[in-house]
Amino acid sequence: MFQIRIHGRGGQGVVTAAEMLSLAAFREGRHAQAFPSFGSERTGAPVVAYCRIDEREIRLREPVLRPDALVIQDPTLLHQVDVFSGLVPDGYVLINTTRSFDALGVGEFLKGFRAEHLCTVPATDLALKHIGRPVPNAALLGGFAALSGRISLESVQAAIRDKFSGKVASGNVAAAAEAYEHVKRESHAEAG
Amino acid sequence: MLKQVEGSHAVAEAVALCRPEVICAYPISPQTHIVEALGERVKSGTLADCEFINVESEFAAMSVAIGASAAGARAYTATASQGLLFMAEAVFNASGLGLPIVMTVANRAIGAPINIWNDHTDAMSQRDCGWIQLFAENNQEALDLHFQAFRLGEELSLPVMVCMDGFILTHAYERVDVPTQQQVDAYLPRYEPRQVLDPAEPVSIGAMVGPEAFMEVRYLAHAKQMQALELIPAYAEEFRRVFGRDTGGLMHSYRTEDADTVVVALGSVLGTVKDTVDEMREAGARIGVVGITCFRPWPLAAVQAALAGARRVVVLEKSLAVGIGGIVSTNVRTALAARAVPVYTVIAGLGGRAITRDSLRRAFGQAMEDRLEPLSFLDLDHALVERALARERQVRRSGPLAESILRDLGVVAARAG
Repeated sequence: MFQIRIHGRGGQGVVTAAEMLSLAAFREGRHAQAFPSFGSERTGAPVVAYCRIDEREIRLREPVLRPDALVIQDPTLLHQVDVFSGLVPDGYVLINTTRSFDALGVGEFLKGFRAEHLCTVPATDLALKHIGRPVPNAALLGGFAALSGRISLESVQAAIRDKFSGKVASGNVAAAAEAYEHVKRESHAEAG
Repeated sequence: MLKQVEGSHAVAEAVALCRPEVICAYPISPQTHIVEALGERVKSGTLADCEFINVESEFAAMSVAIGASAAGARAYTATASQGLLFMAEAVFNASGLGLPIVMTVANRAIGAPINIWNDHTDAMSQRDCGWIQLFAENNQEALDLHFQAFRLGEELSLPVMVCMDGFILTHAYERVDVPTQQQVDAYLPRYEPRQVLDPAEPVSIGAMVGPEAFMEVRYLAHAKQMQALELIPAYAEEFRRVFGRDTGGLMHSYRTEDADTVVVALGSVLGTVKDTVDEMREAGARIGVVGITCFRPWPLAAVQAALAGARRVVVLEKSLAVGIGGIVSTNVRTALAARAVPVYTVIAGLGGRAITRDSLRRAFGQAMEDRLEPLSFLDLDHALVERALARERQVRRSGPLAESILRDLGVVAARAG
């Protein structure tokens, strides 16, 4: 079972991101479960959502306590919420930011993890460019597909089209594609 | 057809496939998405021959359902938590009159303190109201129980509550197999009421009954529920034949064959319990699970048989009967009355507290060594409780309890002034 935890703030589409990830996994024939942390549903308040992906039926209902991957939609949470709690040693981390891990103050901590599993992507900028709104969730899913290889970009884009229609769908699909390319480039640079 | 959808929307689709004729509802979290989705279907015409009635309260919702059902319509509503309490008087009337309404309860805690999260206190508060109560383990079962609920309720002329864990199931996206309209039509016949308000053949429904016959009417209500104990497994078996899924029924045993220790639970926590039991089995523990699907009527003989080999029973329940402890465990004890088997009551998950494998493994492990208290509270913060009790001993005006505890936790800002 592969478990993803998404951290963000109310209004950033955190819950929708987990739902879209489950839709993408379902499209690939896998079992998937997405659910929110059911906290206070206020704009700006910290929000957590979870997604589990497996080849067989998922029965577990506890929150994701030992994530295989973290998607952090808002870097201001890094020093407010224990976002890294329980992250497995070879886990993936994707942060929505234009800054470096060092500039965010997590460079030292992340040294203990596998460099090729860590990446940043300017998802809010990409969302503004393609959708005109600072909602980074779909772009981050594109980035997650590139970083983890656990899901294809095509499945993510199909899931976006399941959830949205018209311009919102096409904008998010484009944002996801650009984030995917960005992370591929960054990872390649890291590997090189 | 396989779909990846939110639990609420899946249930709305299932209810629509049952061809309800009247849906009346009042919004309350975490049930709202179900009736919203049904409202959209009625408005768009995809759910035809159905009237969606917006009402001003839950009391009105159940009252309208009673009227609709008495007029011969297939009636549906949904609620949760305080909403169920607010309709309580009419809930008793629906069963007392023998009207086969189906209601989804998206299980949620009861205040005060106000809490929107999941536990079973709402449904348990109505356990003796005369409705059949079925509990879903996952969203697939939540769907399937609705088809079975209409069939069962209408055959017996009794209302049925389908309980599904609020948020944990209602707001979870997972895979469900949604049957076709033809399949559902083949399983669920048209509603043929035993009693109906028909101007062509006038009757009155709701007579006042005095001491001369009240006992008999109540006895018949009990006798009807006992009939459900035979119909429920039969309908579940027929369902399995038509749809290929073993959902519903009275209860399900899991890995109990040689189990010394059996955990009894109901609802969505069963999944986490089964995963925990699998891990403990791998480590050599002889432990199994009994999942109760039908809580009312209480399947005494089935539970008795399922627990026949158990040397100890752990009842994990998401409700607390203040002043005694467990509700489910009190029922389970009736199935063990003739045997000296320890029953450990573990209260867990109140007000949405997460129930984790780690905590379950610890509690089950303690039970297996007979070190567990007869009544325990999973992951209770004892220090927090002690602090509150100490404050009450020290200060007369110790203040509002919930606010003080939140202040101890640092969740709310310090007292003004």
